[in-house]
Amino acid sequence: MIEIVSALLMLLGAGFMFVAALGVLRMPDLLTRMHATTKAGVLGAGLMLLGVALYFWDIGVTARAVAIVVFTMLTAPVAAHAIGRAAYIMGVPLWRHTVKDALQGQYDSATHTLAAAETVAGDEQETRESTHDGAGKAGR
Amino acid sequence: MSAFDFILGLVFVILSLALLMAFVRLVRGPTLPDRVVALELLASLTVGFIAAHVVWYGRAPLLDVAMVLALTAFLAAVGFARYLERGEGRDD
Repeated sequence: MIEIVSALLMLLGAGFMFVAALGVLRMPDLLTRMHATTKAGVLGAGLMLLGVALYFWDIGVTARAVAIVVFTMLTAPVAAHAIGRAAYIMGVPLWRHTVKDALQGQYDSATHTLAAAETVAGDEQETRESTHDGAGKAGR
Repeated sequence: MSAFDFILGLVFVILSLALLMAFVRLVRGPTLPDRVVALELLASLTVGFIAAHVVWYGRAPLLDVAMVLALTAFLAAVGFARYLERGEGRDD
């Protein structure tokens, strides 16, 4: 019985890893690809190692499996943040349908600094007004 | 063939397909960060493969390899990120 549960956990984990690989292959730009791999990949590996821990149910093996899961969950966000930041600073193009780039025009590649976010608030308000424009006219 | 064997075989097949797709992204790029992300996923998939192998053959010591692989993949990703930023000793 415990064998089947463990195998099913591994199947679920492998499914998540398959989704992660599908995402990295099919998504349109770097950040969406990272979105797929970081989350689904970590969850997939975690579920598979949980299957291992459950299958052996031995203090040595289970402790190692749990250690790998904890380590992966601690490091994956850090690595993803570092790569995403490096890619943005490199100027990797975003998807053409990207809705919002919160750092647009604020990063100065010459001095390697970020400007304060004063103008962005105004921009956002304008966008909001223009989105509600149609509804406002209809109301009038 | 028991249900356990069948499910684990299916796990190997799914992981192989996933490795193949990640490899296609690694070859196609188009930018270096894309390849780094694909490499990271490859390392993560290999950890999954080792987990399946451990259960299939009952060789628990192989889990140490998975642990070291996860560690080196993280270090490689951070190293690549530093290299890509071309930082010159900034103190942030």
